[in-house]
Amino acid sequence: MTTTTTALTSDAPNFFEAKSGWRSWVVTTDHKRIGLMYLYGTVGFFLIAMALAVLMRLELLFPGVQLFGGNGYNRILTLHGVVMTFLFIIPGIPAVFGNFFLPIQIGAQDLIFPRLNLLSFYLYAAGGLLAVLSIAFGGGPDTGWTFYVPYATGTDANVLLPIIAAFILGWSSILTGLNFVTTVHRMRAPGMDWFRMPLFVWGLYATSWVQIIVTPVVGITLMLVLMERFLGIPIFDPSKGGDPILYQHLFWIYSHPAVYIMVLPAMGVVSEIIPTFSRRTIFGYKFIAYSSVAIASIGSLVWAHHMFTSGMADTARVVFSFLTFIVALPSGVKVFNWLATMYKGSIRLDPPMIFALMFIFLFSIGGLTGLIIGSLSTDIHLHDTSFIVAHFHYTMFGSGGVIFMAAVHYWFPKMFGRMYSFKLAYTSAGLFFVGFTLTYMPLFIAGYFGMPRRYADYLPEYQGFHQASTVGSWVMATSILLMVFNMCRAARKGPKAPDNPWEGRPLEWQVSTPPPTLNFDQIPTVTSGPYDYAE
Amino acid sequence: MTQACTAAGPNHEHSGHLEHYDPVANRIGMWLFLTTELLLFAVLFIIYAVYFHDYRPGFELAAQELNRTLGTLNTVILLTSSLTVAMAITAMQKGARRLCAGLLGVTIAMAALFLVIKSFEWQAKFDHGIYPGSDHMVDLSKGENLFFGLYYLSTGLHAIHIIIGMVFLSIVLWRVQSGRITAERFSLLENGGLYWHLVDLVWIYLFPLYYLIA
Repeated sequence: MTTTTTALTSDAPNFFEAKSGWRSWVVTTDHKRIGLMYLYGTVGFFLIAMALAVLMRLELLFPGVQLFGGNGYNRILTLHGVVMTFLFIIPGIPAVFGNFFLPIQIGAQDLIFPRLNLLSFYLYAAGGLLAVLSIAFGGGPDTGWTFYVPYATGTDANVLLPIIAAFILGWSSILTGLNFVTTVHRMRAPGMDWFRMPLFVWGLYATSWVQIIVTPVVGITLMLVLMERFLGIPIFDPSKGGDPILYQHLFWIYSHPAVYIMVLPAMGVVSEIIPTFSRRTIFGYKFIAYSSVAIASIGSLVWAHHMFTSGMADTARVVFSFLTFIVALPSGVKVFNWLATMYKGSIRLDPPMIFALMFIFLFSIGGLTGLIIGSLSTDIHLHDTSFIVAHFHYTMFGSGGVIFMAAVHYWFPKMFGRMYSFKLAYTSAGLFFVGFTLTYMPLFIAGYFGMPRRYADYLPEYQGFHQASTVGSWVMATSILLMVFNMCRAARKGPKAPDNPWEGRPLEWQVSTPPPTLNFDQIPTVTSGPYDYAE
Repeated sequence: MTQACTAAGPNHEHSGHLEHYDPVANRIGMWLFLTTELLLFAVLFIIYAVYFHDYRPGFELAAQELNRTLGTLNTVILLTSSLTVAMAITAMQKGARRLCAGLLGVTIAMAALFLVIKSFEWQAKFDHGIYPGSDHMVDLSKGENLFFGLYYLSTGLHAIHIIIGMVFLSIVLWRVQSGRITAERFSLLENGGLYWHLVDLVWIYLFPLYYLIA
């Protein structure tokens, strides 16, 4: 490839300096500013939910109920789940990094519907506010983040606010997805054909479809719970002829694909980081792109594997178990592609790469333990034990969460124009890995021996596992605070970052740092693929 | 070699922020939005299907309570309003702005008429003690209770969509009259029409499921 590359840098002021004053932020339609506001929002909510998790682990330090009582524990675990899923990990990567980089990566000046994008942000903010306010009114929900009926229609706790919050956040998610899909179809620069798009864009595109198709299902289902609770309309209540299992189906029709909403963009980020730091073209570009679409489609058909013990026809259970195994294939394809990309590469172990490698390791454990509980017979034994909790956190936090950190470390210099301390980044990454393993690995074993999930108390024989896990949670929280400190310090007074610190190839590394408001002075015409590291 | 490109693409004039008009994108966006709306109703249809299977006799008994004449009348009204909104779009394409505005007015008026008839139906049910938690409902079977619960939810959600559609079409009408929707630039009108067809489509399924199964 010897096409002469025109410099895409611009003399226009960067998007921070282009306008100033708080008004220029609250009514902005600039996708980069909206992305940054999402960043502050998601990180803020993450820290709140992390604090709740630390409190939960503290309760479990000794057998017996010491700190909050059973009910208080239920409220803390519910709020932890609601905030982490609906406010951090579902919007996380798409809303922050998708917003910021999707338009730049396809050579566009903004998303196709900039004002709709701002509306999505405000829906997100409103939903977040309501979720957090639910602590103040009625002490917070105690149903678990799944809001299972008939408990959710019968409990005295306040379920109104968190359910309305989840509904509003759903619309925020739908509108972002709609915006991304339309943008990818209509705003690609000339020459940016489908197979020249960076794989992060493919991940976002597949995710956006899932968001559009499954989110309305949970939205209306949660509204029905409110209707049943406050208007007495019989829907799911078995005493009035309703079917609570039907609620579980409708809930998981959304909430299982939601885990792919969390993990697909993360896989896209990994597909950006691995070639950049291996100095090699991505191995099997099309396989990775298609596997995103395959995960999105098959992943929408496996929801009932959350309900193997709820009561279901055996045929249905076998089919859902089989489909669950099938989903593992495209995920495996991706893992092998990443490994093959690194093979004979010239690998640079900068902080983003460390996080990406950590992801591959943790995600493999999370994925393989998923197969254990995706099998019908083993799931009967492991269902509702802390094995599930460990598996869930390995897949969600170990992939979605870790890649959120990787993405922060990868794109931070482009977003803020400054560089963070590598030393602190390595330290926090190492501490995080130790803390993570110490927190969740014992839960696998305790769960295998029969420790139930969601219990505030336990038998003395599980004490060792729980204490290791609680100490792990302290290490992990410390490492995350260290990371936040590193980033905050760098954003204020880190050394100036060059335009392309990692020598990355896709378009976002060719524009100025930080990018000007319109990204490009002129829309570029693209003449090659995104990962051309041949020279 | 970075992702190779030349800066010779179309030069966008951008003094302010990018705000270009792309009717195809507007149409894609609207269809995606309509997909989500359909899925919203799909959940109610799924619940209906499950309970119809479980409580068929109760459903058939309860459906006899609904007023078929008024239901049919409302179906005719809604179908006709879908026709008038389609005609409004064609009128605008041909540059007949006043005709377009008139047809939109007729559509909105029909929507209002639909709601009036619907409210009479609901009122009649309430007068007969058919509402959740009433003394009368306690005596009815589980199937009948579930049927009326779903009836209120489905027609209620549909009525909310009628109201949203009326607001949407009123904004469109206002913009047609102020000349901001033109024969060259009528995405909003077209999307208003698409939304109205969705409201119509949902009713076409609600009508037989609730009125015609007895």
